[in-house]
Amino acid sequence: MDFLLVSIIKMLIIAPALLATLAYIVWVERKVIAHVQLRVGPYFVGPHGLLQPIADAVKLLTKEDFIPSGVNHFFYWLAPWLGLMFAVTGIAVIPFGPVVEIFGVKTNLGLADLNIGLLWILGLAGMGVYGIALAGWSSNNKYALLGGLRSSAQMISYELPMALALAAPLLLSNSLNLREVVTTQEGFVFGFIPNWNLFTGFQIVGFVAYMMCGFAETNRIPFDLPEAENELVAGFHSEYSSMKFAAFFMAEYCNMVIVCSVATALFLGGWHPIVPEAISPLVPTALFALFGVTLLYHGMNPGRPSDRKTFPVFGVIMLAIAAVFMAPYIGPIVTPLFWFLGKVGFLLFFFIWVRATLPRFRYDQLMKIAWLFLFPVSLINLLLTAFGVTFFGK
Amino acid sequence: MDLVLFLTFAIIAVVCGLSMALQRHPVASALSLIGVMVSLAVLYVLLGAEFIAAAQLVVYSGAIMVLFIFVIMLLNAGAEKTTHKAGLAEFMGIPLLLLLLAVSTWVITKSTAAGKMVKFGAFSGGGPREVGWELFTRYVLPFEVTSILILIAIAGAVRLADRELD
Repeated sequence: MDFLLVSIIKMLIIAPALLATLAYIVWVERKVIAHVQLRVGPYFVGPHGLLQPIADAVKLLTKEDFIPSGVNHFFYWLAPWLGLMFAVTGIAVIPFGPVVEIFGVKTNLGLADLNIGLLWILGLAGMGVYGIALAGWSSNNKYALLGGLRSSAQMISYELPMALALAAPLLLSNSLNLREVVTTQEGFVFGFIPNWNLFTGFQIVGFVAYMMCGFAETNRIPFDLPEAENELVAGFHSEYSSMKFAAFFMAEYCNMVIVCSVATALFLGGWHPIVPEAISPLVPTALFALFGVTLLYHGMNPGRPSDRKTFPVFGVIMLAIAAVFMAPYIGPIVTPLFWFLGKVGFLLFFFIWVRATLPRFRYDQLMKIAWLFLFPVSLINLLLTAFGVTFFGK
Repeated sequence: MDLVLFLTFAIIAVVCGLSMALQRHPVASALSLIGVMVSLAVLYVLLGAEFIAAAQLVVYSGAIMVLFIFVIMLLNAGAEKTTHKAGLAEFMGIPLLLLLLAVSTWVITKSTAAGKMVKFGAFSGGGPREVGWELFTRYVLPFEVTSILILIAIAGAVRLADRELD
């Protein structure tokens, strides 16, 4: 089939899936933080608050789009969309799964297969600053301006150690193409340690350094100085409302997804399972089946009256998903997807977990971590990896 | 398809370039320059120079221009005002500009024959592998000299900033 047609179909699947994921990460985040703080979180819109993201979207769409006086209209309008554009474009080079055959068409799961995949991500990460900086500058508000300035300085500083930390696994995989990087991580060492870049040498150092930079690049707690509520109201997006605010919000969550996907592809073996290939589809089946059975059990003995209706429905849905992984044609396609999305999901959960746990750094501490700790550590890691690759091979 | 893309992004680059020179506000000028650089990156991709395109994105539009914008925001520079004091520029500006354009067009049309591909040294292929190979074999001396030059520049910048702090 035509390359163009396949690409368009893939885009039509991935774009809505990404937007839905972004909406539901907000739900997951609110739920997880609520449970960490012994609350229940969103609960009233739909069963267990599952329709809350849709209600939020409707609310943001219909809200008044307030523009304060004295703003620079063109840049004020441009900034949120610029930020969102650079955030979502990154998904194009993420490899979700291996080459599969669907309806007789062989295609790889993922949009573009660029030779410069990782540089593309780094380039977009660098460009993402403009949305934030312009928003802070054009809002005609000193809090917003301070937030924008902080953000630019922070993102420039953390890009350096991030690029250095990412270079080490690239040396191991000898490619800039994310798909090839994932392909080199197939198999096991000694039969039980997965051959991921994370477990090769001391790459765990690089992984931790990269994740710290990822937190800073996405302006998440503990590095969310650009929008520190107690100092700067809401930082660079103080003056934004309605869909423009939603665009910033989506850009932040999309950047999180990209950061976690890159970490998965470079360090965690992408779509390769953590268990031997033969029993790889059994793991998701068992997990979803266990989840479904637990839900059914709690539906029989409900703690809350509403659970009697909702839990059995979700239980049956989970059992159906478990069956999908064992199905003859769909199973081999969705199993790699499960591993990839599972790893990304775990890292996203980690982001939320950290947000619920850690306080915010001071600004001088933020800069010190970048230049005096992360930068030397990533540099030494890169140097040692280069020596290792030269003397011992991969 | 290639021609359409080339024309689109070439026009964007030219328009952004003009806008950079004509805008009164420094932030608008800087943003136009970013537009030029991104369109240039697309043109590099069309020429098959993937790595140069990515470097263009990462280095120029991602790092250098962010610093420009940062400084403009930090100084809070406002829009420029026309003073009408440079008498010579008002009369001679446009004719001189036209002369420059005419001369450069003449030189370019003279030096390159029509319909010939642009070549740079012995490069073939613009992927990261090819560029890296050439940089570390054939062009290793200029490459290392450049890196030492940059190191000296960094040391000088640090020294200057240090003196200011004292």
